[in-house]
Amino acid sequence: MATTVDVPARDPARTPPRSMRARRLATLVLLLVLVVAAALASIAVGTRAIGLTDVWRSLLDSALTTDDAVVVRQLRVPRTALGLMVGLALGMAGALMQGHTRNPLGDPGLLGVTAGASLAVVLAISLLGLTSPSSYVWFAFVGALAGTVLVYAIGSAGRGGATPLTLALAGAALSALMYALVRTVLVSDQQTLDSFRFWVVGSLAGRGADVAVQVAPFIAVGLVLALVNAPALNLLGLGEDVARGLGQRIWLARVVGLAAITLLCGAATAACGPIAFVGLVVPHVVRALTGPDHRWLLPCSGLLGAALLLAADVIGRIVARPAELQVGIVLALIGAPFFIALVRRRKAAGL
Amino acid sequence: MSVEAVDVDAPSRPPEGTARPVRSGRTVRVGRISGVLRWRDLAVPLAALVLLVLLSAVSMGRGDFPIGVVEVLRTLAGLGEGPQEFIVLELRAPRVVVGALVGLALGVAGALFQTFARNPLASPDTLGITTGASAGAVAAIVLSGGSSAGAVLGGLGVPLAALLGALTTGFLLFALTWRAGVDGYRLVLIGIALWSVGTALTDWLLTNAEIYDAASAYVWITGSLNATTWDDALPLALALMVLLPLALATSRLLAVLQFGDDTARGLGVRLAPTQTAVVLLAVGLVAFAVSAAGPITFVALVVPQIAVRLTGGARPPLLASGLLGALLVVGADLVTRTVLPEALPVGILTAVIGAPYLLWLLVRGRRRNT
Repeated sequence: MATTVDVPARDPARTPPRSMRARRLATLVLLLVLVVAAALASIAVGTRAIGLTDVWRSLLDSALTTDDAVVVRQLRVPRTALGLMVGLALGMAGALMQGHTRNPLGDPGLLGVTAGASLAVVLAISLLGLTSPSSYVWFAFVGALAGTVLVYAIGSAGRGGATPLTLALAGAALSALMYALVRTVLVSDQQTLDSFRFWVVGSLAGRGADVAVQVAPFIAVGLVLALVNAPALNLLGLGEDVARGLGQRIWLARVVGLAAITLLCGAATAACGPIAFVGLVVPHVVRALTGPDHRWLLPCSGLLGAALLLAADVIGRIVARPAELQVGIVLALIGAPFFIALVRRRKAAGL
Repeated sequence: MSVEAVDVDAPSRPPEGTARPVRSGRTVRVGRISGVLRWRDLAVPLAALVLLVLLSAVSMGRGDFPIGVVEVLRTLAGLGEGPQEFIVLELRAPRVVVGALVGLALGVAGALFQTFARNPLASPDTLGITTGASAGAVAAIVLSGGSSAGAVLGGLGVPLAALLGALTTGFLLFALTWRAGVDGYRLVLIGIALWSVGTALTDWLLTNAEIYDAASAYVWITGSLNATTWDDALPLALALMVLLPLALATSRLLAVLQFGDDTARGLGVRLAPTQTAVVLLAVGLVAFAVSAAGPITFVALVVPQIAVRLTGGARPPLLASGLLGALLVVGADLVTRTVLPEALPVGILTAVIGAPYLLWLLVRGRRRNT
């Protein structure tokens, strides 16, 4: 079919640089517009019908104390901010992870983040009796960190250091091990399962402004590290030997990248529970638009992740009124068909 | 090893996922058929088979009424008598046999997917087939009391619902990937999408279920051999009798596909039919395995990677993967029933046993290669 159309996306070397840059800039601007639109929708739409003028007034006038104004300021704005951060973090972490493992199946959770966080949350519920999502945050974050450190330590054992293959396999094996422990608790403890099943779907509901404030610094540091890592990741894409020959310190690039992934995905998982779809799918979509240059791929993946997460959250609030559908579920059910259509229409951009 | 390594050069570029030196072997010619024979290709499956038989016999002997290994083997050979025969053949054998068959099917299917997609992370779990089965089974468990559609699903029974879920996802995976051939990369991407849909559906069903239903659904998702009878073994055994020989027959074609589509076409492989056969065979194997015992986690992912490291070849060997898969499931089941105080689903133990072993192979392999 339209195989000739997508040549610029796959092969920047064969296209004039100017058109490629224009295409990338257009993508960036479009994504920025999408994020802003999704954020505005997320503030304006909800179970409680509030007119746009009221929304606007309650945002501008902090002295206003009507019910509507309180809902907008104390529920919707923090929720939107959290969605924005988490989407950015997951999108970027996904692009980083796929770049470092050079594997299209490399979702950030593969590094042990999700499994570590799940294990910590299950233990927190089962041993300490916690039941509200916002009380899991620190446990999940520490679990995510511990999981990644373990995966990296084993994946890089031996003198060869961490290669994409050993990292991916060590991550898969350790994740399976940690999930086995999670399941051991869950099959024998019904009460824990009852709390855990609502955390594991991934949702923005019930996380107040305090959760957003708690995870914000980690995500900020992670975003900076990710952007710093982009040029090195481009070099690593040529193969480790070439990158080394060009003066790149391999281990430094790996450590910076993995630290960024851990911070971003760990903080996002701590705040909202595991949302795998964004990290897995978004980079593939963006790569088709910007090409494989990580300096463009990383920020654009972050933006598309944020826009998607916010949009899915808004849809989840509308379709099941007055209840809500969790954002993780909406993302997969609506996002997957689009992704499949995209993959079928154009030849996917390789890593 | 090195004594025999004289005749054939290794293929020049080992595929991604198995970046390690390929050991050479001896060329064997019988009439017009020739091939490279490496002793590890024979020794590993053979050792796995012997271990499997022994472990199965031990497993059938353990329980409230212990029976010695020799007695079990005698009973299996048709020389048993009275209560022992009943206990071994009717109570304990179905569980062990289903475990072995499920492991066999998952191991072979995992090797097929990993070779075909040229990706060590490609497995029925990551490509959505087992999540499709989970969605079907959980729907049957959770919805059976409720709406009319749910009652229909519940009436099918969990194994059939799981089979339908797996086959539907598998055929979707194939049909959506198909575009004048099955590209391995596209297969992986479509698989990711199907995986997310299956996981989302399962999670959604679990959050909306009564907690009792959710708990029993969770045990099924983990993969369990509890309360297995010969009725569970029959469909799986029949499916394996058809699918397994066909899968093994694709082995030589897979070796060629490994070098990339263009090379394979150049070497005279008819791409589209071969790709179709490989994917559909793998889907069928997984679907029947999962319907018998649930998606026993991790077998299809880890076993081919263990097998490739043990045989030292360039890609996961099919037969060895299958036998090691059977060994892993039967061994894990033995541990759940005898060592642990509480009966856990076998799917937990396959990960607990398989994952550290793969990690050890990874660490050791790197040290030796550098």
